[in-house]
Amino acid sequence: METVVFIVSALIVLAGGLGVVSSRNPVHAALSLIATLFGIAVLFLNLGAQLLAVVQVIVYTGAIVVLILFVMMLLGVDREEDLETEPLVGQRLLAGLIGLLFLGAILAIIIIGKDAIVTGSHSVTGAISPTIANISQIGTALFTTYVFPLEVTAGLLTIAVVGAVVLSRRPNDLAPIPEPESMVDMGDEPLTAIPEEGAH
Amino acid sequence: MLSGDPLLSGHIDLAVVLIVLLKVVAVFAFLLVATMLMIWFERKVVSDFQNRVGPNTAGPFGILQTLADGIKFFFKEDLIPDRAERRVFILAPLLTVVPAFLLFTIVPFGGDFSNGHDGSVELFGHTTYLQLADPAIGILFALAMSSIAVYGVMLAGWSSGSKYPLLGSVRASAQMVSYEAALGLSVCAVVLTTGTLSTHGIVVAQAGSGWGGFIPHWNLIAAGFVPFVVFLLASQAELNRPPFDLVEAEQELVGSYHTEYSSIRFALFFVAEFMNSVTMAAIIVTLFLGGPAGPALLGPGWLWGIIWFLLKMTAFLFLFVWVRSTLPRVRYDQLMDLGWKVLIPLSLGWLLLLATFWVARDQHWNGFVTVALGAVVGLTGYGLLKGAIATSKARRLEGVVD
Repeated sequence: METVVFIVSALIVLAGGLGVVSSRNPVHAALSLIATLFGIAVLFLNLGAQLLAVVQVIVYTGAIVVLILFVMMLLGVDREEDLETEPLVGQRLLAGLIGLLFLGAILAIIIIGKDAIVTGSHSVTGAISPTIANISQIGTALFTTYVFPLEVTAGLLTIAVVGAVVLSRRPNDLAPIPEPESMVDMGDEPLTAIPEEGAH
Repeated sequence: MLSGDPLLSGHIDLAVVLIVLLKVVAVFAFLLVATMLMIWFERKVVSDFQNRVGPNTAGPFGILQTLADGIKFFFKEDLIPDRAERRVFILAPLLTVVPAFLLFTIVPFGGDFSNGHDGSVELFGHTTYLQLADPAIGILFALAMSSIAVYGVMLAGWSSGSKYPLLGSVRASAQMVSYEAALGLSVCAVVLTTGTLSTHGIVVAQAGSGWGGFIPHWNLIAAGFVPFVVFLLASQAELNRPPFDLVEAEQELVGSYHTEYSSIRFALFFVAEFMNSVTMAAIIVTLFLGGPAGPALLGPGWLWGIIWFLLKMTAFLFLFVWVRSTLPRVRYDQLMDLGWKVLIPLSLGWLLLLATFWVARDQHWNGFVTVALGAVVGLTGYGLLKGAIATSKARRLEGVVD
């Protein structure tokens, strides 16, 4: 049963990942990313890490990808893109090689660890003690052993928020950032993006 | 391990699988019938508020009106606009309906909680809870589902290939992400008070009579009224119900995300919206009003669980409709101000205050000093927030910043 769930969700994760890199439309890519994140949440559930699964859905699927989509819709970059030209020459060849390298490494691990081929040894993300609930273990660890990293992370996030506020509220006397060329006010029409040449 | 339900802790045989299937069918049917009745109820009550008759032709008191509308939707022509993104356009209504159905799975809708019972009932010789699933993460699942519910609205608006729906999508994503934080923080207060995430555990913690023997031990009182008020407001914003229905805003956006939808796809949006109202009422009842817990007056206790649950839920549904027909829609800046500058600081401050009181009780601190210090810190925080908002407003009016 565990193996079946693993295979199905792994397939969803892989298909979503392929969709992210091969979609011509950025919104389709974001949708594929959602599928991947959901697959990973199911993998977490399969390993008994219920809290991580839910946090995965709430934080990544429910907030971060929503914001990615929000920005894409707000800025109007949701048009189809040309996948034929490479932004960096030789990028794809290199990516393929590195991918093969990783595949080789994973295969080597599987061949060396013969006994547990599919999911490997039991995950470290699972429950440490079966009697105490997952969430209280995580909470206890976070607020005792790892309290310093936790507080430092909180400080980092606060700095990021303050920085975002400062950057977004520029003083008026600075020169305004010019409008991107694709956003042009066309008289009485609402602000729309002009179609780029050669699109569609 | 996936469930706290005693049904699944023992040996799982065919009977157990059948009981789970039965519960699935029962919850599904209940949700559909409740949604149908909710649509009728809302139309009827709103028309009472507006001094008109409302649906009165199909069935007694027009109760079958929703059914008639549903059948009509099936036979309407299904239009897909030329400029629509076909695949996403078809996917979007389904993405709205599925979370709406899944949300209800964790709601305890019955069970005997009277006289110290733990809410389990005997079903075909097996002990079980009257709820579909009782995962250890319980209420977090509800937050997860309500956070992915935004995708249906967002993608529907985007894929329609038209301006107003797109504006609605952008609004929907901003609104839902803003109010999720307040929603989550008020749930935190409940979890802190009851000490468990499981919805069944939350109901058990509220069962029985508390103070003075007759005031119920509800989180409404135990967590203080603040989380309840915050949750109620934030849930209305999450549901896109009036007065927070800027996502639809017929007068500005002609219905927004569902403008281009017709036939059964439109019906799916409509059903999901009302289903979410029903479920949100059920979740409010579970979190703050003890769910199915209540005294058994006469007859079997499990029946009273269902009766109390339905009564409390109906009261909230009436409240939703009442608010809808009374209050005008808020402006967009008011919506954002309420979410970020009122609800989030309020619920965060209250959570800290609650936590302080719990620690004070554990460590036997002086009660008076704790309350006084809490009040001083709270008031200082409020003053700082007020000062910051006033300064930013003054600077904006002076034209120093954009």
